[in-house]
Amino acid sequence: MKWLSDDKLDHLLDVVGTRYAFVKELGRGGMGTVYLAEDRELDRQVAIKVLNEPEATDGLRERMIREAQIIARLEHPGIVPVHDVGTLPDGRIFYAMKFVRGSRLDEYAAQGASLRDRLRKFQAVCDAVAFAHAHGVIHRDLKPQNIMIGSFGEVLVMDWGVAKISDDSHQAAAFNTSDGTVIGTRNYMSPEQARGEVEIDERTDVYSLGAVLNFLLTHQKVSKPARAICVKAMAREPNDRYASASELSADIGHLLDAEPVSAYRENAFEKTGRWVSKNRFLVLLVLAYLLMRIFLIFTSRR
Amino acid sequence: MDPDTDIGGPLHKFPITNHSAIAAARSNDEIIRRRAFDTILNGYWKPVYKYVRLKWQASNEDAKDLTQGFFANAFEKNHFASYDAAKASFQTFLRTCLDGFVANERKAGQRLKRGGDMDHYQLDFAAAEDELAAHASASTLTPEDYFHREWVRSMFAMAVETFRERCVESDRMVHFQLFERYDLNDDDVSYASLAKEFGLEPATVNNYLAAARRDFRRIVREKFRETT
Repeated sequence: MKWLSDDKLDHLLDVVGTRYAFVKELGRGGMGTVYLAEDRELDRQVAIKVLNEPEATDGLRERMIREAQIIARLEHPGIVPVHDVGTLPDGRIFYAMKFVRGSRLDEYAAQGASLRDRLRKFQAVCDAVAFAHAHGVIHRDLKPQNIMIGSFGEVLVMDWGVAKISDDSHQAAAFNTSDGTVIGTRNYMSPEQARGEVEIDERTDVYSLGAVLNFLLTHQKVSKPARAICVKAMAREPNDRYASASELSADIGHLLDAEPVSAYRENAFEKTGRWVSKNRFLVLLVLAYLLMRIFLIFTSRR
Repeated sequence: MDPDTDIGGPLHKFPITNHSAIAAARSNDEIIRRRAFDTILNGYWKPVYKYVRLKWQASNEDAKDLTQGFFANAFEKNHFASYDAAKASFQTFLRTCLDGFVANERKAGQRLKRGGDMDHYQLDFAAAEDELAAHASASTLTPEDYFHREWVRSMFAMAVETFRERCVESDRMVHFQLFERYDLNDDDVSYASLAKEFGLEPATVNNYLAAARRDFRRIVREKFRETT
């Protein structure tokens, strides 16, 4: 049998893995590490998530593959696309996805984005999450660190590693979500998720979206309706929240368009103020007209 | 090479042509089980021997006996059939069994004496010993990581052998020779020098090498599938 020195073994490992060439490490998580790699066949950069454990159990392997499958079935501009899934020569599972150039939502906010821009990005996140919900997928770990803002302003929801598929009978085995197991990130997790409840639904993501909105509104001068949206999304009881991410998105849309939001009942004064704010140009035009008429009346009497 | 450049190709490019020997080890058919066991033995005996030498600080004679004894015992008691993929990888399972076996042997304070009706495998321990001395990784890795690396090395060595056999069978020895000269030997060769040496066009060398690497990749995948 052929003698293989350390150098030759390393060379052959490289020969076997010719499609993706390592560039650098991008980040490390509990389950996998994300690398920037060069796809030599298509001559482009991709992000590759590789399972940390070379000797992973079947459950962990299955979880990683399912993560790739979940993302792959969610074809939406707001969800990072998966290009490829496979196994390294040493047995580690990996999947290749679009490499998103840009910054995380928390970094984006720290760069001093305006409130209006923050709300627009947030609405795009809601739309992507709503799309996932429509396909029976609950993210369960929404937080600013898992949302990317691309260099052209596109918004991408990342890290679907602990997502739940509502119609997946293998879910419990694959994701280890037996009662009492807490999955997610504490500050952005709904109370029912924090309790480790199994029977969670889309509204757990609505809560996390509320927490993300709360993060985006921190240190900003915000209106009462905006604050009310946040409070409603983060209601302790799921029934008191928005029933869906779409409803939350719609309310953000109303807020951006200076229309009434479902989360806040405004008084007559606020209603007028909002109307004036929304129709500022018209109000100015009417005021200018009235002023001109007054001026004309005043000068004609002379 | 950077340790992380071993980012491999997609699984779907490596069709599965062999059933896993691990699954076959559970067969009720003695012949199938024996064949599966041979596959496991071929893939793991060197890592086992080197691991015993390294982790258990066994002398080469003790390591030989322990390696022989471990596999003989595993086959006799059909240990590999009890492997549960949901709990650990086969590699971890085998290493755990090995640790238990060596610990028991040590506890009993006796070296296994092979003979009688006990299986005795023809294994090239001298080659394994030479490799152990030559591999720098033996001194830099933990015994567990070293075991894994040796298993990978064993898979690749078997893949090279299978690739050579298939090239002979399919009358494509020039593919293997080019692969050997460019990817396996230590000579510093270029496509141009190989073209001259083999009387081929450089473009042909390029094509042959690409095909050889593609085939080799497929065989490597087969080997890994067989023993994981």
